[in-house]
Amino acid sequence: MDSSSTTTTTKDHQMVSFGSDFHVLAVDDNLIDRKLVEKLLKNSSCKVTTAENGWRALEFLGLVDEQQEKTLEGSVSKVNLVITDYCMPGMTGYELLKKIKESSVMKEVPVVVVSSENIPTRINQCLEEGAQMFMLKPLKQADVKKLKCHLMN
Amino acid sequence: MDVVGQLQRQFIDYTASLYREVSVSFLGYVDDQFTQLQKLQDESSPDFVVEVITLFFDDCEKLINNMAKAMEQQVVDFKQVDSHVHQLKGSSSSVGAMRVKNTCVAFRTCCEAQNLEGCLRCLQQVNHDYSLLKNKLQTLFRLEQQILAAGGSIPMVE
Repeated sequence: MDSSSTTTTTKDHQMVSFGSDFHVLAVDDNLIDRKLVEKLLKNSSCKVTTAENGWRALEFLGLVDEQQEKTLEGSVSKVNLVITDYCMPGMTGYELLKKIKESSVMKEVPVVVVSSENIPTRINQCLEEGAQMFMLKPLKQADVKKLKCHLMN
Repeated sequence: MDVVGQLQRQFIDYTASLYREVSVSFLGYVDDQFTQLQKLQDESSPDFVVEVITLFFDDCEKLINNMAKAMEQQVVDFKQVDSHVHQLKGSSSSVGAMRVKNTCVAFRTCCEAQNLEGCLRCLQQVNHDYSLLKNKLQTLFRLEQQILAAGGSIPMVE
């Protein structure tokens, strides 16, 4: 296996590569899920930043308050994609999604919501609020492939 | 407690026990998600599986302790217990710890019903599931180390 190439072949299928400039912010209160999503994305050559809750995510994105957001105006978003868990204490993934979609700088950035529970009303709620996709946990390699196809189209 | 209440209690306990019995007789220790974990491991992170599983075992101990403490209170806060179970369910699902996960499902039912006896049994069961799994996986990891130390490579198991 050529370690300098950005794609690697597994026994099952060609792994997708987003390209090393692709920066993902992954938000989840569960440490194990953070490690998992980080590895899944890194295996697809993304740059990954993780956050353990919505406030840390907003902080990283520069959306903590209007003042901070004003300094971002006209600048390009730090990340190309946000993946967030739905069920988080304090600020849910849905609330985080809303805040991102309300922001002038970040609203074009795709947000993917993940959840361990398959609840149609929850899924619709997120999609209506502008989520790009809703996926079920635990995530697998095949899900990252699906995600890439969905985003690149 | 009135007759209906007793019967309801019995019904809930019995339901929970069905989950438990199925879990012991028919389910594997791990499911496909564990395989997914192994597939993620590569040269850049050769200890990925051991690292994640170790984190999971630490999580199990912490959460089981928290559940036990919560259930020792004079007035049990079932929502608190449930939130710990929810976390454990998530973690176990993510690493493929099938029996632990399934016990958590039954556990949540008992929490929702505010059934303390059921919860205590589920806690015992989840502790048992975790201990068994820890034993099994530590043996597996030991075998891997022995193979590597002897100069062999870890076989791919489909």
